[in-house]
Amino acid sequence: MASKLLNHCHLRALCSTHVFSPRFPHPTRATLTLLHFRPFSDAPSSPPPEKPQSYNNTRNDIGMEKSPTQTLSSLKELELVKFASIAETWWDSEGPFKPLHVMNPTRLAFIRSTLCRHFRKDPNSSRPFEGLKIVDVGCGGGILSEPLARMGAAVTGVDAVEKNIKIARLHAELDPVTSTIEYCCTTAERLVEEERKFDAVISLEVIEHVADPAEFCKSLAALTIPDGATVISTINRSMRAYATAIIGAEYILHWLPKGTHQWSSFLTPEELVLILERANITVKEMAGFVYNPFTRRWSLSDDISVNFISFGTKNAQ
Amino acid sequence: MNRVIARKLAANVSRLKVRQEYFCTDAAARVSVFNRGQSSQEHKEKNDFANNIQQYDIAIVGGGMVGMALACSLASMPLTKHLNVAIIDSNPALGSRVRLNKGDPPDARVSTVTPATISLFKDVGAWQYIEQNRHAYFDKMQVWDYTGLGYTRYNARDINKEVLGCVVENKVLHDSLLSCIETTDFQKTFHPSRLTSMTLHPSSSSMGMDSTLLKTPSSSLGHLAKLELSDGKSIFAKLVVGADGGKSRVRELAGFKTTGWNYSQDAIICTVEHSVENQCAWQRFLPAGPIALLPLGNNFSNIVWTMNPKEALNRKLMNEDDFVKDTNAALDYGYGPHPKSSLLEMGDMFSWLRGDVTLSATEGFEVPPKVVKLASERMVFPLSLKHANDYASKRVVLIGDAAHTVHPLAGQGVNMGFGDALALSRVIAEGIAVGIDIGEVTMLKKYEEERKRANIMMMAILDGFQKAYSVDFGPLNLLRAAVFHGANYISPLKRNIISYASGDQRLPLFS
Repeated sequence: MASKLLNHCHLRALCSTHVFSPRFPHPTRATLTLLHFRPFSDAPSSPPPEKPQSYNNTRNDIGMEKSPTQTLSSLKELELVKFASIAETWWDSEGPFKPLHVMNPTRLAFIRSTLCRHFRKDPNSSRPFEGLKIVDVGCGGGILSEPLARMGAAVTGVDAVEKNIKIARLHAELDPVTSTIEYCCTTAERLVEEERKFDAVISLEVIEHVADPAEFCKSLAALTIPDGATVISTINRSMRAYATAIIGAEYILHWLPKGTHQWSSFLTPEELVLILERANITVKEMAGFVYNPFTRRWSLSDDISVNFISFGTKNAQ
Repeated sequence: MNRVIARKLAANVSRLKVRQEYFCTDAAARVSVFNRGQSSQEHKEKNDFANNIQQYDIAIVGGGMVGMALACSLASMPLTKHLNVAIIDSNPALGSRVRLNKGDPPDARVSTVTPATISLFKDVGAWQYIEQNRHAYFDKMQVWDYTGLGYTRYNARDINKEVLGCVVENKVLHDSLLSCIETTDFQKTFHPSRLTSMTLHPSSSSMGMDSTLLKTPSSSLGHLAKLELSDGKSIFAKLVVGADGGKSRVRELAGFKTTGWNYSQDAIICTVEHSVENQCAWQRFLPAGPIALLPLGNNFSNIVWTMNPKEALNRKLMNEDDFVKDTNAALDYGYGPHPKSSLLEMGDMFSWLRGDVTLSATEGFEVPPKVVKLASERMVFPLSLKHANDYASKRVVLIGDAAHTVHPLAGQGVNMGFGDALALSRVIAEGIAVGIDIGEVTMLKKYEEERKRANIMMMAILDGFQKAYSVDFGPLNLLRAAVFHGANYISPLKRNIISYASGDQRLPLFS
């Protein structure tokens, strides 16, 4: 089932600019707008809880020309101020990060099954990732890094917000298994500059907060060893996602603070596949997350219309 | 002493340093780790190390049937068999196995295990040990009451099965689980003592920005639950499982509230002997409570007779012959007539339903075999209904009688407990598969949701039966008789009832 989805995405990615047609009236312009210029995303009024990676690329907002360093520092200040108030709540499973905590086992199930298959590890082992080096880009408080460490991986968690790293470190120290996680307050670009390489690069719920997703994907690809794994999850830019992830989650259910997500920053699965292709990563599997409000559980499904996660491998050069 | 601690801490710290091989921009982190390591010296760690601290993944408090079933289930699954488990039970027999003497007459404490439980035992590899000891499968059951207005017969062939259940002595069940776990290389440690106190450390959500680890007594063990035992030892565990029975100490220490009431009934249990083989399970509802006769094999049967406390005491103390006479009366002609087994009168009503008649509906009413003599002493137990409001909270979870106690009238109590043990071990395996800390409350709540639903449903049905049969009121008697007839002759209903009682998890009416 997942392979059918992928074929569909690959096909759409391959047929020129029609890829972006369903949502924009002018496909060609849409391509450009997506990759280089975001007319609908202003400077975030309330920065999202997941740390957006601030990159060296210029973000040209409407009517405002900012130099790279200025953008970087202004974003950082805004985020830090916002995060200072809620950073402590990372590990409060009833706090503003509750949706991530609830969704976590489902994401881990996908990661476990794809990585075990790719690296030929025994799925029945309690520590299947023994011997693998994994980096969690945009790790936040370490919600994903800790279970990965418990599964035996040598985990490095990076986040551009200092407070998040502090919180992550403190929490990881509590359990001797997770205290081996290496947390660094840095960005993917800087890791690339340090020429770090990892067996698997995982970046969940980050790319929708990034200024330039294509460059971000290139950095993630540079961190992956040839034939290594890259896992990215994000939210689809669909009407349904607008209704559920923004209106539903932020305004009605109050799961997330208002302004967490910008609909225009979302990527469609086809777009993600395309930019990953250009970064030398072939997407092999994709799945969606669906939430059942009656059982209050998330589960993996073929429905990629709202939340979806993709597993790709770096082309061996 | 200090040197030992200093060396141990230095070893811990150096281990942490070695793993930080890669260049990391934040050097301050390394410094703070070092400081933390040294400052925790002044805390209780000194005493702890002196008392021989032991650290486990799971501490099962209560090594009875349900506790050991959990241990066996964990031992049998690949994801959980590496776990390090402590079993705390003051019964000295656990550590040094007492061989079962097969020549003994049957123990009075028996349980009826449902097919669902039998398959659990087979999955963990413990059923083979039960087959080597005394056990009695039965495939027929008859239920009726003193009014003589109706009866129901169940047969395993109604649902195309071989057996309705198996009656096994509790000591045999327990021993088979112990044998099973001995054959695996599961890491378990028996602690022959009682739990005196328990501390479940607070979660990290109360952490401030500064290094709060200085506040917790032991930096590396601060996140675990600490159990203090009656022999002075302290053990730490990621998860504490309360399998210590109806008067659970774990439930008390964890602060779980319970709901329930005492039935004003006691149960007398004993083993009796017949002159012929008994191969059917019999239950007759009397005005004061039901009497059940369960086959044990070799002409032996087990009696579970519920009555009000005064009568129970009388019956316990009266001489054996009188008791045997009373029992025969209760099972046969006492309190009321036999139900008519002919279908002529009542059957016409249901002839339109009789398209698909079950085997047992064609069987007539039978009188249970006469009791010839008493084969064990009589034991009396007070009966009550009790249900913990929550089964789980951070680092602690309840299974078995610690979570729920029920009336024995349908032989479901320990089967619910085994169901709990199986569900919990599955939830733990799923949690480990995705790298969750096994004391994490979200994972334990998944177990609670699953089992609470099933257990409450069963308890409601059993309590309903208990109440329905404790009233002698004309119209209610007729209603009960109608229910008997319905259950006997309406085949789909009968099949569903048998499936539900066998542990198939489907409700008798609406699924």
